[in-house]
Amino acid sequence: MTGWLVASLGTVGDGTYFGWDGFTIQSGNLIVIVVMIILFVLALVLPFPGGKRRK
Amino acid sequence: MTRKSSSISWRKTDDLASRPWTGSVREYDLIKELIIGVVVVGLLVLGVSAIFGSPDEPSVSLKAWATAAPADFVATATKELAGTSDSAGYGPPYNPTPDASQKIGPVDLQSLSGVRLPVDNGNDFVIAPLATLPSPPADLALWTAATDQQRSDWAAAYSIALAAAPDNDPAKVADGDYGPAPALTGALLDMARQGSLDGVLQNGGNFYNTDYTRSLLFLGDGSYFPGLAASQHLSGDQWGVMNETGDTPGQSWLWLFSLLYQVEPFKSAANADALVVVTMLVLTALLTFLPFIPGLRSLPRKIPLHRLVWKDYYRNR
Amino acid sequence: MSAHATPRPGIPADETDAHTWTGRARQWLLKKLPPDKLLPEDQPSYVASWAYVFGMGAIASLLWIIISGIVLGLNGPQWYHVSSLGSFVNSTHLWSVELFFIFMVVHLWLKFWMAAWRGGRVLTWITGVLSFVVSIVAAFTGYLLQTNFDSQWIAFEAKDALNAVGVGAWFNVANVGQLFAWHITLLPLAVGAVVVLHVLLVRVHGVAPPLEAAESDAQLLHHRPESTQSPESTESRDAVR
Repeated sequence: MTGWLVASLGTVGDGTYFGWDGFTIQSGNLIVIVVMIILFVLALVLPFPGGKRRK
Repeated sequence: MTRKSSSISWRKTDDLASRPWTGSVREYDLIKELIIGVVVVGLLVLGVSAIFGSPDEPSVSLKAWATAAPADFVATATKELAGTSDSAGYGPPYNPTPDASQKIGPVDLQSLSGVRLPVDNGNDFVIAPLATLPSPPADLALWTAATDQQRSDWAAAYSIALAAAPDNDPAKVADGDYGPAPALTGALLDMARQGSLDGVLQNGGNFYNTDYTRSLLFLGDGSYFPGLAASQHLSGDQWGVMNETGDTPGQSWLWLFSLLYQVEPFKSAANADALVVVTMLVLTALLTFLPFIPGLRSLPRKIPLHRLVWKDYYRNR
Repeated sequence: MSAHATPRPGIPADETDAHTWTGRARQWLLKKLPPDKLLPEDQPSYVASWAYVFGMGAIASLLWIIISGIVLGLNGPQWYHVSSLGSFVNSTHLWSVELFFIFMVVHLWLKFWMAAWRGGRVLTWITGVLSFVVSIVAAFTGYLLQTNFDSQWIAFEAKDALNAVGVGAWFNVANVGQLFAWHITLLPLAVGAVVVLHVLLVRVHGVAPPLEAAESDAQLLHHRPESTQSPESTESRDAVR
């Protein structure tokens, strides 16, 4: 929480990046995209618990 | 099982999709689902926030810039005086530089607004702030009395000399006819280091300020601020639009916008920004009106993932 | 004016006797969206998949965005830089936005593969895409309001795209005062309005049936509707109950 008025070079933390051929992606963004794909696949394949049927 | 091919049309007709459902139903509780959703998402939000938090890299002030990279600061201030900085030649909405705007064919959207946020770089960033000092440098009068031609000659010569000096150090510049340029930029450096330039540039003498246009343009004209951004993978050519500092996810939904800047013909185009924005508008319109577009709207039938969604229904019919 | 124009409690509005604009508006609303359609207690039997939960997930996330945003807004832009509680509230604002987009994008993917625009539901699709687009702009202004290094740089970069199409002169990303108006009032109202319209349209039209559903399906066979039946009628569904 220190010193939001004063910026210095040292406080800027490095992120983790993955890249192929000029295509780079930051780890956080990669995880979000992977999570979306996993949720999409799970929504398709997971069986839905049967609700009460009314006829 | 052969059934007649189902319609993917958006039109309201007399088919099954257009009529209220009259078949078998299951119990459903809308309010209960909402409450469960709010609780589950709330727990997720609180949990993830507690574990990962959120980044908050302190902002960069002119004081920080002048302290950490004085040579870059002086070189940038000199370019502002010479009118050769990026923002001095930007065009609308900051200044009327001819042929600076990004056009698409004959269409020049950038110039439509005119110079609506006028920025007079040399005066706004250097001369006017120095004039607010309790004892302005004596060379200020020399500068204001000189002709435009004389001023830009001095500043341009000093700019070249700074670039040629060892470490671009203003103290090691070769002798030359730079007029008051070294004294003015040196005084501005002192002013920035003391922290008073930040306030003067931002509030223009007023108590209140919420407009950071001038400070931001000045910062961006140097190489210190863009250098910090590049070290954080935030530059436009590093997919920076969608990145957040550190490892926290950023605006991943801007991936396509970000991607366009990395590929031709956008990458090397002088009007890349205009091209990318217009392309994104067209693609967004395609997504919006997708149900009307033959071919695209038929994909769900040709690649029948829907059989997984409705597997229970299809099994029991 | 006359007493018979007002429906008595518990009795549905008479379809014929409204003669004021207000009465007609009420009739139209009740016909389009009767209370049992607005707040249903049952759904067609095909509404049985995890694919159906992501829209609600996005709405739940939006509620958390609004709650955390109100707390942040009421404390002003500097609070979260200096307070550990403020920092935590800022984190919940960020992560509810990330979840909002995750749920919304998965929802969009699924609705595409379900061709959910079928049978007069095209406006539901369009308002869905529109809420995605407006949310992107709202999130963008939020990133600009962080008042830290990230927002400084995003403002510096983003001005070029906005200026190139002539928008930057009015929508100035370096003017924090303007951004407050956009991020705290205009855009949240816009997102809220489009999302509400989207949800109401879903309720009006009901959930789109399976792509390959046919009249001969067992789920429909025993209660096949008459071809003369009005599309708005709920008689046969009542009979099913």
